[in-house]
Amino acid sequence: MALSLVIGFSLAYITLLFLIAWWVDKRAEQGVSVVNNPYIYALSLAVYCTAWTFFGSVGRATTGGLSFLGVYLGPTLLAPLWYMLLRKMILISKHQRITSIADFISARYGKSTLLGVLVTLIAVLGIVPYISIQLKAVTFGINTLTHFGGGPVAAPASILLDAGFWVTVAMAIFTVIFGTRKLDPNERHEGLVAAVAFESIIKLVTFTAVGLFVTFGIYNGFGDIFTQATYRPDTAKMLTFESSGVTSFSWNVLMMLSLFAIILLPRQFHISVVENTSPRHIPKAMWVFPLYLLLINIFVLPIALAGKMMFDSGIHPDTYVLSLPLAKGAAWLALAAFIGGFSAATSMVVVEATALSIMFSNHIVVPLLIKTRSIGGNDLVNGAARLLDIRRISILLMLILAYWYQKSVGNTYDLVSVGLISFTAAAQLAPAVIGGLYWKRATHQGAVSGLVVGFLIWAFCLPLPSMAQAGIISNTFVTEGLFGIAFLKPYALFGMTGLDPITHAAFWSLFLNTWAYAIISVNTQPSMLSLTQADLFVNIHKYISGQEYDILKREAKIGDLKAVLNRFLGESRSLSLFNEYQQANGFLPDNQKIAQAELISFVETNLAGAIGAASARLVIDSVAKEEQITLDEVMRILEQTREAVQHSRIMETKNEELKVLTLQLTRANEQLKQLDRLKADFITTVTHELRTPVTSIKALSRIILDDYERLDDERRTAYLQIIVNESDRISRLINQVLDIEKLRSAEQLHSVDTVDLREIMLSTVAGMQQLFAERNVTCSLPHSGDAFLVKGDRDKLIQVMVNLLSNALKFCDPVSGNIKIELHIKGHFVLLRVQDNGKGIPMHARDMIFEQFTQLHSHEQGKPQGTGLGLFITKKIVEQHGGTIRVESEPGEGATFEVKLPLFEQ
Amino acid sequence: MQISDSASKILVVDDEPNIVIALEYLLQREGYEVHKAYTGQEALDRLETITPDVVVLDVMMPGMDGFEVARRIRQMPALECTKIIFLTAKGTQRDKESGYASGAEYYMIKPFENEVFVSTVNEIMAYG
Amino acid sequence: MSDDRSSQLIILFFAFVVLLNYPVLQIFDRKELWFGIPALYFYFFFIWLTLIVVVGLVVRKKRKS
Repeated sequence: MALSLVIGFSLAYITLLFLIAWWVDKRAEQGVSVVNNPYIYALSLAVYCTAWTFFGSVGRATTGGLSFLGVYLGPTLLAPLWYMLLRKMILISKHQRITSIADFISARYGKSTLLGVLVTLIAVLGIVPYISIQLKAVTFGINTLTHFGGGPVAAPASILLDAGFWVTVAMAIFTVIFGTRKLDPNERHEGLVAAVAFESIIKLVTFTAVGLFVTFGIYNGFGDIFTQATYRPDTAKMLTFESSGVTSFSWNVLMMLSLFAIILLPRQFHISVVENTSPRHIPKAMWVFPLYLLLINIFVLPIALAGKMMFDSGIHPDTYVLSLPLAKGAAWLALAAFIGGFSAATSMVVVEATALSIMFSNHIVVPLLIKTRSIGGNDLVNGAARLLDIRRISILLMLILAYWYQKSVGNTYDLVSVGLISFTAAAQLAPAVIGGLYWKRATHQGAVSGLVVGFLIWAFCLPLPSMAQAGIISNTFVTEGLFGIAFLKPYALFGMTGLDPITHAAFWSLFLNTWAYAIISVNTQPSMLSLTQADLFVNIHKYISGQEYDILKREAKIGDLKAVLNRFLGESRSLSLFNEYQQANGFLPDNQKIAQAELISFVETNLAGAIGAASARLVIDSVAKEEQITLDEVMRILEQTREAVQHSRIMETKNEELKVLTLQLTRANEQLKQLDRLKADFITTVTHELRTPVTSIKALSRIILDDYERLDDERRTAYLQIIVNESDRISRLINQVLDIEKLRSAEQLHSVDTVDLREIMLSTVAGMQQLFAERNVTCSLPHSGDAFLVKGDRDKLIQVMVNLLSNALKFCDPVSGNIKIELHIKGHFVLLRVQDNGKGIPMHARDMIFEQFTQLHSHEQGKPQGTGLGLFITKKIVEQHGGTIRVESEPGEGATFEVKLPLFEQ
Repeated sequence: MQISDSASKILVVDDEPNIVIALEYLLQREGYEVHKAYTGQEALDRLETITPDVVVLDVMMPGMDGFEVARRIRQMPALECTKIIFLTAKGTQRDKESGYASGAEYYMIKPFENEVFVSTVNEIMAYG
Repeated sequence: MSDDRSSQLIILFFAFVVLLNYPVLQIFDRKELWFGIPALYFYFFFIWLTLIVVVGLVVRKKRKS
């Protein structure tokens, strides 16, 4: 195939891409965002699939079998977490106008210049090999198309005759045109995104076309190709992990590296975070993007198997995608496939180099220029134009570096091996980014330590040995170990052998990186700015809904701020920003006035979009005086924010508490009402109990008075006796009511004697003999003649006895009542038991009967018996004597009251 | 004091024996034949065998209360002409109303004047 | 509601981490063709497709509510 045809087609394709980008950018200027669409977002994410995927996966499959899938299963695995992780990163980045992964890490750890530089270095040096394989793949492709079947391509006599050089130049030009056309404060390039999404479609369509051609054109479908593959040992071993030498650990590491790569590679961060038009696109991308990955991988294994079976070792497996159609005479398909691979490579290089150039200019060049006062004084040339120039130069430098790497090192290795070196480098950012998102305690020092350790181990274990093997530097440190120390061999660090270089390097670098990050973070104190940024990153949700928290008290002249903005964003952009601010805040900035902290933040944020957070901070610092702010103040402000969030939660709790309190009050009120009822009942009862004896006394005394002569002596005496008894009853009742008050006020006993309970019992029974007789109740007494001595108040103990007996008497069987009294000694206690043979006490009433005013009010029991005070008083007296009282009862079997008092022992 | 067969019969029901003693004396002095009961149930049992002209009822008694006894008496056809007097310490207007509602003719509150009680009974006996 | 979905997605993530790693892969790493397709290759694409469908269903629920 003629070279002119290939170049002509490529140029035509590039022109098409430009047209798409130009049209989309134009629409954007008109206010219509074409790329604001979840499918375009998902397709643009497929910038992940580079020439590595297009050419390299097939090559990888011939040596590593199915392990090539790990690179796509890792990102697929992470997709479910995008909902939390990616969304959070986007929210933070939009809020802080973050424009690169270096900016992200720098901003998180206190807008650190050092971290910005460090991450940029890791990214640039780490990604150079990755860019180099794109250049190599395109060069490879051109050579394959133009020299197929013509033997090996001779080394070019001069650099000007090297296809690779011209590919590099072309790529640099594309990138400059696509990525540095204008300086946008948000680093949004809609045209670029649209072109990338379009290229993703081309990649998938062309690769699938080749796959279909191979599977169904050359072979008879999947079954045929796989069955044939099992017949040959070299292809059969590609079909399982075991036979292709993939170990479980190397698989785990590969999955982990690619899982990190999908968010940490500078171009992935740029497309998924910086170019994201809305977080609402994430849910759809979560399944569309993995679907894209699945589709583009279906035919990798069939193509690899077919190539292996059809070609000898003369044709490099990385070119099978082109060689197979060419070998079968399908030249146009091969050309289409080349365009697909070319798409994959250009999209990667353009986005990656753009992202890296933003980092390079914002984190290395601009801070340097500000420090040396080359820009930042009052005698500035147009900063915006200069910034774009810096980016263009950095793109050129990076591509030259990549070209050099490909020429000197890259040719020794296949595409995927080189690509994985870059993956391992990108993964070094994982602890700082993920820790930064969820671990507030992580410090600037921790992040620096982790990155330095990880980067050094990565450099020592991967690119340096590969350069040594390419003969650029001495090989002795690889074979003998660094400084001749065997423990420091780059492929067997600390004596760890048996792992492939990537797995080995990934293990040590990530392990020690994470370790250093965590240990140093725990042992250092974050700065004040770092603390506020940490809070913002970890708790972004509380910031985006609420107000800005500008805790730094800064002062600057409005004129200075305007000048600074002019310098970096250009006159027109800066003017429109100030107008925007003026409209929103409604005042006219006077150049000599001191700006509000709010305006300073506004300028800084917009500046950050153009030159990165750290640089923006330096620029603003050059015109603004910052008041010293104490740690206490920072803590207080952070506390306020937290309080605001917690406030609603507290309110909820309070509401709950209020409900509980209301319930308690209602209950207390119920209890009070109940008590009120009890008191009313008590008064009614007392009244009734008083009226009853008074009735007898009044009626009988009247009889004696009226009929004195007519009454015989016996009757007269009996009536008078009744009058005396009933009068006693009244006194008793009055005394009981008074006793309650006494019991309440005096918890202690006044007089303490040694009392014999048996003697008290006998005299009480004797005193109540008449009552027993009237009620026809028999009383059985204990037979023992021993004394039962207790310490106590004799009168009160008599009262206990009387109360228990009258209680028993009241509840006795009305026909054949019997009361049984027992006295025992049990251990150090005297037990007095009074048993009646009445109806017994219902279960529910047993706990209540010792309470004040409680009387039995059941239908069976009818009228309340007594005052409701007797047992209450009894219990109080027993307790005063250090004893207890309880009741046992079976309904229908009577009740037994048992008083337990401490025995007096001499 | 003669108690003849033709003497008017009165049943006194009260759980307080001392009150029963007083009432018994007062009524016997007037020449009535006095029967006694100490609970509501006992009263109803006695009414199976005798047909008094007047029943003097207490309200608050163990077991069945006086209101219930009155209601049961009013359901006994044999006692159609029997008059009921409540004699109770429960003196509220509501208690009185329940007393009349349960079928009593008179409601007297304890403590009572002996003369008033006696003359009330006599009136009932004379005029129905 | 959003927290529910987050939890579901986190559970999904861990479930598929297990499904796509050793020792589960050991079960399917065999020299057999299933429906004319190598067993492990078949397994990978089956799980892959399952994940896409499940994630699609989980995030779809959101828009309805």
